[in-house]
Amino acid sequence: MNPVLSLRGISKSFPGVKALSEVQLDLYAGQVTALIGENGAGKSTIVKVLTGVYQPDAGHITMGGAEVQFPTAQAASAAGVTAIHQETVLFDEMTVAENIWLGHAPRTRFGLIDRRAMREGAVRLLEGIGASLNPDLRLRDLGIASKHLVAIARALSIDARVVIMDEPTAALSHKEIHELYELVEKLKAQGKAILFISHKFDEIFRIADRYTVFRDGQFVGEGAMEDVTEGDLVQMMVGRSVDQIFPQRARNIGPPVLTVSGYSHPTEFADIGFTLHRGEILGFYGLVGAGRSEVMQALFGITKPSKGATRIDDQVRVIRSTSEAIAAGIVYVPEDRGKQGAVKGLPIFQNVTLPSLPRTSRAGFLRLAEEFRLAREYTQRLDLRAASLDQDVGLLSGGNQQKVVIAKWLATKPRVIILDEPTKGIDIGSKAAVHEFMAELAAEGLAVMMVSSEIPEVLGMSDRVIVMREGRIVDEVTGERMTPEVLVRAAAGLAVAA
Amino acid sequence: MTRSPRILPDRLQSPAARALRSWEAILVAVAIAVFVTNSFASPYFLNAWNLSDATFNFTEKALIAFAMAMLIIAGDIDLSVASIIALASTAMGVAMAAGADTPVLVLVGIGTGLLCGVINGALVAGMGLPSIVVTIGTMSLFRGIAYIVLGDKAFTGYPASFKFFGQGYVWWVISFELALFAVMAVVYYLLLHRTSFGRAVFAIGNNATAAQFSGIRVARVRFILFLLTGVMSGIAAVCLTSRLGSTRPSIATGWELEVVTMVVLGGVSILGGSGSIPGVVLAALIMGMVTFGFGLLNVPGIVMSIFLGVLLIGVIALPRLLRRR
Repeated sequence: MNPVLSLRGISKSFPGVKALSEVQLDLYAGQVTALIGENGAGKSTIVKVLTGVYQPDAGHITMGGAEVQFPTAQAASAAGVTAIHQETVLFDEMTVAENIWLGHAPRTRFGLIDRRAMREGAVRLLEGIGASLNPDLRLRDLGIASKHLVAIARALSIDARVVIMDEPTAALSHKEIHELYELVEKLKAQGKAILFISHKFDEIFRIADRYTVFRDGQFVGEGAMEDVTEGDLVQMMVGRSVDQIFPQRARNIGPPVLTVSGYSHPTEFADIGFTLHRGEILGFYGLVGAGRSEVMQALFGITKPSKGATRIDDQVRVIRSTSEAIAAGIVYVPEDRGKQGAVKGLPIFQNVTLPSLPRTSRAGFLRLAEEFRLAREYTQRLDLRAASLDQDVGLLSGGNQQKVVIAKWLATKPRVIILDEPTKGIDIGSKAAVHEFMAELAAEGLAVMMVSSEIPEVLGMSDRVIVMREGRIVDEVTGERMTPEVLVRAAAGLAVAA
Repeated sequence: MTRSPRILPDRLQSPAARALRSWEAILVAVAIAVFVTNSFASPYFLNAWNLSDATFNFTEKALIAFAMAMLIIAGDIDLSVASIIALASTAMGVAMAAGADTPVLVLVGIGTGLLCGVINGALVAGMGLPSIVVTIGTMSLFRGIAYIVLGDKAFTGYPASFKFFGQGYVWWVISFELALFAVMAVVYYLLLHRTSFGRAVFAIGNNATAAQFSGIRVARVRFILFLLTGVMSGIAAVCLTSRLGSTRPSIATGWELEVVTMVVLGGVSILGGSGSIPGVVLAALIMGMVTFGFGLLNVPGIVMSIFLGVLLIGVIALPRLLRRR
């Protein structure tokens, strides 16, 4: 059987990052192909290539044997490729029918939108997937599952041959997931080629016919589901890749600094408890959405936990704001550098001194010489590359912005530093510098917590790894058990390997 | 990996070199041009007393503009300032009618401004409502109260000692208002450019989320900024009421836009994040001189406002046009 859609030698680079490197992918009519890989394996990038959002730097896409190009999202959808995303892009203030037909609504002969045809078409499409929704309802009045059905109907409204489902079950309940499986069966019966992206092994084994595995932007393997076991797939996903060298360091773990117990949030996490020691690097691993960042932001005073206690040096400390967290010696290097980390528009030195202003100023008045001194001291330690300390942070590369954010926190002389995906999207050189620096900090007696979705990083840097899944701690991994397989299995909710 | 510490210079450009290329430099040029044009256009322009008189048409607005500049830099806006003047002036009128003397009147005026600032600040910074909506609401509310109290009547007959704030002179041609303008310019310059509070204002205007993630008490800073515009509006109400010697509910109508114009002309980004007090001072002088010059030439008020509008758009568009080369 020939594939409906076939990708060969697709590469895509971003400044400092090679997101895809000569990958291949085949999709067959009436079959579900599961695309499997760790966070950062290149799954989202390939979806964007397929839907015309990104242009590949190299490689070919063929559909039905003919080479095609998707210079725009419209071109991809005209060719019959459609995607249902993790966060579905729909419009709350529009009706079901309007959402389904947005951008390609049926027209009357006067060129106006044919509302009746829209409604009838919407009902027909929805019935085709077994949904009976009133096409005139506003989307904001629907539940998440119904919205999903609308998204699927919208995807089908362009008469797609290829349907991409990017983690479609992430936000669904048990029953809804069941209905989605039935829907996938229906689409298969209609002869659609389906690309199914999921982290959940049980559902991959349940509905996929074929698999393709990516790792670090590279193609690892493909085949029929009946020929593989969970263990094989895990092995393919995590198998050691390009060797990253992590700094060697003496483990010199001191007394507890931070103790968290019974920490809960109404929606994001529940019953989180752990102890962090001086000189320790504690890794937090889990899938995207496992609640790791939310726990860290609660510890930093951004979100309010509903229950639970934090103790610092055995003293109960209630942290209600970031300034209280900083006063307690807890600082947080956020994942979203652009939005939460660096204040673009302000120069480097002002970014560095922002939380330390009480120290660098006298009676509320700034002392610029003091600020430059502090900024120089810490940016130098991090080997910041910039033209001057007066340069706008927004003009620096991602890696150097990250260094400014870290310098900002070190200047406050913290006891606990939380790094959330500290090397995400930064170049290899800066990555190594950040890693080396983390090791140095731990050696100096700082307690470090690192949230990371990169397995080599988590294993290479951490003394201990806490694995979270769906807002809870599911495993704490130390010593011999610190292997990729253990982490992946725990994060995906699989039984521990025998 | 070898670590070769690199020494970053503090600055590549000296503050003086930077000032030469700044927005303020353009404003200085415009101010000189307006001054020279005026002195050629009217023989009465270059007269100390005339110039002194001319300052009254911007000093009160400029007092508010200083606080407004900080608020806009932080990414908010207060459109209720003119209505605060109306309410504060009315409150002073009521106090006067009840027999209050000058010190009490001043306290009532400034206190009313402070109270209005508290209301705006609580709604915006406390409850997280958008400032433009809140202050459009309080703009109607505050002036509405003034109308209810006064109807089509007016308070007149303020005590003689109260006249000093709007009509008194500190030394020679230097009026109390002009002196207050100069003092406040220095105070606000120090507050915005020389204190950690001012730094927090810039940080919030550029990225409020990152500022919060850096331990800045964002809500508190925003609340204080609304207090400041309220208080400055109260002070402006004292000066204006004293100068006019009466209170009508229509007092200071439309001033909110003139204040915002002054701030934006002064180089404050309407999107927040950048701007300076010297820029606002220069903008106030330019607007004052233009108004005065046109007055000497008997140009009708409407032409004046057309000119100011064109000036505003022109000065804002200029750097963008230059950059496009």
